[in-house]
Amino acid sequence: MAEFSLNQGSKVHKGKRHNNGDLMGKPQWFEIYRWDPDDDSNPRLDQYAVDTATCGPMVLDALLKIKDEIDSTLTFRRSCREGICGSCAMNINGVNTLACTQSIQALKAPVRIYPLPHMQVIKDLVPDLSHFFAQHAALEPWLKTSGPVPDLERPQTPAQRQALDGLYECILCACCSTSCPSYWWNSDQYLGPANLLQAYRWIADSRDDATESRLDQLDDTFALYRCHTIMNCTSACPKGLNPGQAIGKIKSMIAKGER
Amino acid sequence: MKAAVNRPLSPHLQVYRPQLTSVLSIGHRATGIILCFGAVALSAWLISLALGEQMFNGYTGLLNTLIGKVFMLGWLFSFFYHLCNGVRHLCWDAGYGYEITQVYQSGWMVVLVAFGMTIGALISAG
Repeated sequence: MAEFSLNQGSKVHKGKRHNNGDLMGKPQWFEIYRWDPDDDSNPRLDQYAVDTATCGPMVLDALLKIKDEIDSTLTFRRSCREGICGSCAMNINGVNTLACTQSIQALKAPVRIYPLPHMQVIKDLVPDLSHFFAQHAALEPWLKTSGPVPDLERPQTPAQRQALDGLYECILCACCSTSCPSYWWNSDQYLGPANLLQAYRWIADSRDDATESRLDQLDDTFALYRCHTIMNCTSACPKGLNPGQAIGKIKSMIAKGER
Repeated sequence: MKAAVNRPLSPHLQVYRPQLTSVLSIGHRATGIILCFGAVALSAWLISLALGEQMFNGYTGLLNTLIGKVFMLGWLFSFFYHLCNGVRHLCWDAGYGYEITQVYQSGWMVVLVAFGMTIGALISAG
């Protein structure tokens, strides 16, 4: 049964107010979800003032500035700072996106930052993604072929290669899956948009010979059909991909018996 | 590190900004539930008809109260909304309209057409 409210220990309390925004030229307030496993207290929303005149343009720049100059205990994942690693996925002003490609200027103040929704929190903005990645691993996300290994590469026509566009670009940041209400309530069995897009990436690959067993694996009331075409996934994807459509294509292949 | 059971669950419904996509989806469910109640009300109306004039007049009187009228208006809108959004779902299932701009266009269209049909039905019913 879907739980619509947060349990007592997960409720977000009022937090601390850091720094004095009045002393800055252009203060921008950030309200950031904090939770420390070494404290026995509830999560809280801390407020930080950042001088945008001396800060880079993206939300990640502000987070790094806060960590550097105001509060070194602030914890978040980041790596590439250019939207290709998917580490800094978080909920910014109510929508999941990558902090490194989200401009601060485009956001209404105060900027509210939460970890990806409906996930176990390890610390602050760091959610536990191990179940998400275990689901991905269960798809056996590699090229499966029958027959002898060719001497050279496995050739594709330009059209066959094009069928992978909009699929291979997925960076598994989990923005889409954690924007999906179905995934919130059923992630124990439902694979969610990111992993279903990944599954379709191998189904659509002309070089992969395991289409039948891949579709068999997905043909399940929960694994695939908890998708109700809500389309929050496509709306959230920071890479502009379309997981909703990929899921639709899987459903259609199964319905038409294309195995 | 503490045991995983102590970890809080990050906020979800509480913080996710309502999207046209998710609002229309939950609307589809809500109107579906209202249609179920409407079907019961409609059956009761037919049963009251079979039970004779007194029951029929009593039940019709009940439907003509303000609460009855609000319920019937909600039922009417639910019917048209569920119908239009159902067609939208059929288009998706047939493989059309997945681009996010199309999703928004068809979404707003469903809302407008459902309102239009509700008003049209009210006018034609006098």
